[in-house]
Amino acid sequence: MNSPVSTPLRPVIIGAGPAGVRAAVTLAAAGLRPILIDEAARPGGQIYRQPPAGMTRPPEALYGFEAAKARAIHTALAPYAGQIEHRTDTLVWNIERGALDLMHRTADGQPVSTVLPYDSLILATGATDRILPLPGWTRPGVYTLGGAQIALKAQGCGIGQRVVFAGTGPLLYLIAYQYAKAGATVAAVLDTAPFANRIRALPGLLNCPDTLLKGLYYTAWLTLHGVPLHSGVILREVAGPEGAVSALHWRDSHGQDRETACDGIGLGYGLRSETQLADLAGCSFSFNDLHRVWLPDRDAAGRTSVTGVYVAGDGAGIAGADAAEAAGERAALALLQDRGLSVDTARITVLDRRIARFRRFSAALWTAFPVPAGWAQDLPDSMTLCRCEEITVGTLRRTVQADAPTELNRLKALSRIGMGRCQGRMCGVAAAEVLAHETGRPVSAIARLRPQPPIKPLPAATIPADTAGEATP
Amino acid sequence: MSLLVRYAEQSRPPLRFFLDGQPQTALSGDTLLTAILTCANRLRQSEFTGENRAGFCLMGACQDCWVQVRRGNGPVERLRACSTLLEDGMSLSTSPAAPPVMTGDLP
Amino acid sequence: MTRHLRADVVIVGGGIVGGSAALFLRQAGASVILMERDRPGSRASGVNYGGVRRQGRPPEHLPLSQRAHALWASLESLIGEDGEYVRSGHLKLARSATDMASLEAYAARVENFGLGLRLLDAADLRRLYPMVGDSAVGGSLCPEDGHANPRLVSPAFSRAAAAAGATILDQSPVSDVRITTEGFHITSAQADVTVSAPVMINCAGAWAGELAARMGETLPIAVIHPLMAVTEPLPHFLDVSIGVEGGGIYGRQVERGNFVFGGGRGFAHPKAGAATDSTPPDYARPERHAALRLLAQGTGLFPALQGCTIIRSWSGVEAETPDHAPIIGPSRIHPGLFHACGFSGAGFQIGPAVGAVLADLVTTGRSVTPLDAFRPDRFSSPA
Repeated sequence: MNSPVSTPLRPVIIGAGPAGVRAAVTLAAAGLRPILIDEAARPGGQIYRQPPAGMTRPPEALYGFEAAKARAIHTALAPYAGQIEHRTDTLVWNIERGALDLMHRTADGQPVSTVLPYDSLILATGATDRILPLPGWTRPGVYTLGGAQIALKAQGCGIGQRVVFAGTGPLLYLIAYQYAKAGATVAAVLDTAPFANRIRALPGLLNCPDTLLKGLYYTAWLTLHGVPLHSGVILREVAGPEGAVSALHWRDSHGQDRETACDGIGLGYGLRSETQLADLAGCSFSFNDLHRVWLPDRDAAGRTSVTGVYVAGDGAGIAGADAAEAAGERAALALLQDRGLSVDTARITVLDRRIARFRRFSAALWTAFPVPAGWAQDLPDSMTLCRCEEITVGTLRRTVQADAPTELNRLKALSRIGMGRCQGRMCGVAAAEVLAHETGRPVSAIARLRPQPPIKPLPAATIPADTAGEATP
Repeated sequence: MSLLVRYAEQSRPPLRFFLDGQPQTALSGDTLLTAILTCANRLRQSEFTGENRAGFCLMGACQDCWVQVRRGNGPVERLRACSTLLEDGMSLSTSPAAPPVMTGDLP
Repeated sequence: MTRHLRADVVIVGGGIVGGSAALFLRQAGASVILMERDRPGSRASGVNYGGVRRQGRPPEHLPLSQRAHALWASLESLIGEDGEYVRSGHLKLARSATDMASLEAYAARVENFGLGLRLLDAADLRRLYPMVGDSAVGGSLCPEDGHANPRLVSPAFSRAAAAAGATILDQSPVSDVRITTEGFHITSAQADVTVSAPVMINCAGAWAGELAARMGETLPIAVIHPLMAVTEPLPHFLDVSIGVEGGGIYGRQVERGNFVFGGGRGFAHPKAGAATDSTPPDYARPERHAALRLLAQGTGLFPALQGCTIIRSWSGVEAETPDHAPIIGPSRIHPGLFHACGFSGAGFQIGPAVGAVLADLVTTGRSVTPLDAFRPDRFSSPA
């Protein structure tokens, strides 16, 4: 399927967040003509998500301290408009034998699928919240932390008037700050990580003192404005009348059961890389003990086990937006090198050093905000774990008793966990923790869910481009 | 009753749409999700338990916000509410579709 | 130290056939050890479409299929769960007058087998199955055919066999086979075990040809990868399993509302590492063009699917024979060896009966069910 080396295809980048945009710009600056594919209409990814046209708040209001970086990413493609083909509103639903399957809708709404062969591919697929469910988490009013932030950033909306942010990770404090600034009442910030972890992580966090300072600023601001911050908590249950949220039940670090009245909850435990496409591209994976998930194998530059396929940004392991920008550029430079083109090696040294520093910082963040130990221990049988197929913890436990599955795909086959619309994006981490706990095996020993195309729902009415009278490039 | 609360960007031009047959107003630039949840307390109902759902991740990952949409006299299609912008005159439904047709008994 | 186990019968392959054979052999009093390369029911038996269909099978296959039909009726008492089995009816559609004529001819040919087929003309179809699009001009309904959930049914056969006293060795791929005057000695290096038995059953699915070749016997088996897809859950609109004369697509709506449909082929998942051997792949993947063709066929047959989404597609690893009929019966060269493989994408319904027939053959040397159409020696030069 690949063309001869003498006439390489246009490099393809998936994801127009900080990593993908920097990769595209780097390739364009070197004279290449990359194709940049993204599901959204405008560049920025989720972290620098742009509101739709017609909204008026300036970047300073949307991205705070990060406004300049956001603006830079938003405007980076424009100078290369003739060189970078930015395919917006386009879903990559499959990768198969050296080609991508793309779906977009024509002006009259007809979904059309196009085959795009590649010989160089940079996957900058980003991340979504790492979710550990609690009873009641499917109620309207409970959103991911990232979702709560996007409502505010991209739509000027909040997920409630009196909101609790719960789980763990630095995003808790940032989003609580943003909500409070926007005029919402932040009823509490409930962090499952003990405060002592943050002290222990301090040396590592000093790798990025600016970022650490910002985090401290948000925390101080929240405290100053009377927002209750609690560490070392256990989240118990989302309560309320049917179909609504009225309170979050939790246990404080002294073992005291508490209840905080609220009408919206933002939930998240750090981020989780989107790796389905790397899997379909055939990349080998290894279990990462720090992140407690499987990640594509890569070298420092982002080269995967598959020649010509690179990973960059949070999709290759969570390290944040600044690291993503550096990694996107670094992967692009690796691609150029692999094509035999000359690159600025001094720049590579700078980037490698920067990426290493971000990774040390990010590693310290996992120490500061770890997945709560023993989370899978005391879950009630009745709790829904898979929100697509509505599979409960009890069903998983019964399946484990009946069949003794030792890996996640067997559990999926027998229980439907991860078989629904999201293919395990929301429940996969939690299901792995439950299976590991129930079978007494480490999470690293129970494999990962095999993704199946389409990696996101595909309209049944989708027709191939040649049928639609469109040229396949 | 609404689920989402507007905190900013409230001076955009209005858009009209139908939600479960009732005329409603949203703002230009709203996603389907924002349009629905600023005037209702659910986006959809679970196929299995009938429980109300209102989306979750808002970034196209959880797939918990697919709703039924009709543009003009076009066919009913399913669109992801968090990543589709509202168009003037759209009809949105938060209920599962009526069965396409019922099956019959043999004579 | 390698474990050494003995039994009356060693079964290689833990699909629906192996699980069922183990169960029936235990019921007949034989000691049984089943060796499975991964987990029971994890390959073709567990990922197929789930059709439990007699209609459309050649007349010479129907006695076996009818025996299976009776076993499916008592599935729950047999394996301890209902496996979502429903006798929904199987409706085979004709898209042309020629196809309708061929459905009529089939109905006449199998009249004496008691399938209870009912031929439907275009008007019947519109009245009874209005969800079917205009491309169908008629059909044939087999009211007692149906469908079940292969993910649940196939592993349950091995579980039932284990409950009946069979030893199930999973994650035990065969690494060595020795044949002596005492019988068969099957080793799995991975599981560090050797099983010896005077009788062996080869029901290793796509791997059966390779296993037979180790014993010097050629089975004409090709590996195929049927393609399937599933929609999001939809309101109930279809209560029969659908096939089409001439093939191309089949579909059913499961109780939870998803429409499962298949047609076309996937491709072998590239093996990890340096495997350049000719063994079948562990997994298969859907193929893009076939998948999009399948969508077009599905929405063409059921216009109501136009507005919905596909949430997953998949493929499997299955064995096919030149005449699309399975191979069931004694080896041509090794007394005590029986083959049951090559189900060509249609083994799920007959699986339980194949196990019963194998138990017949092993314990009595013959079966009441005619098996001539499945003889392993039928591919040899004509007599």
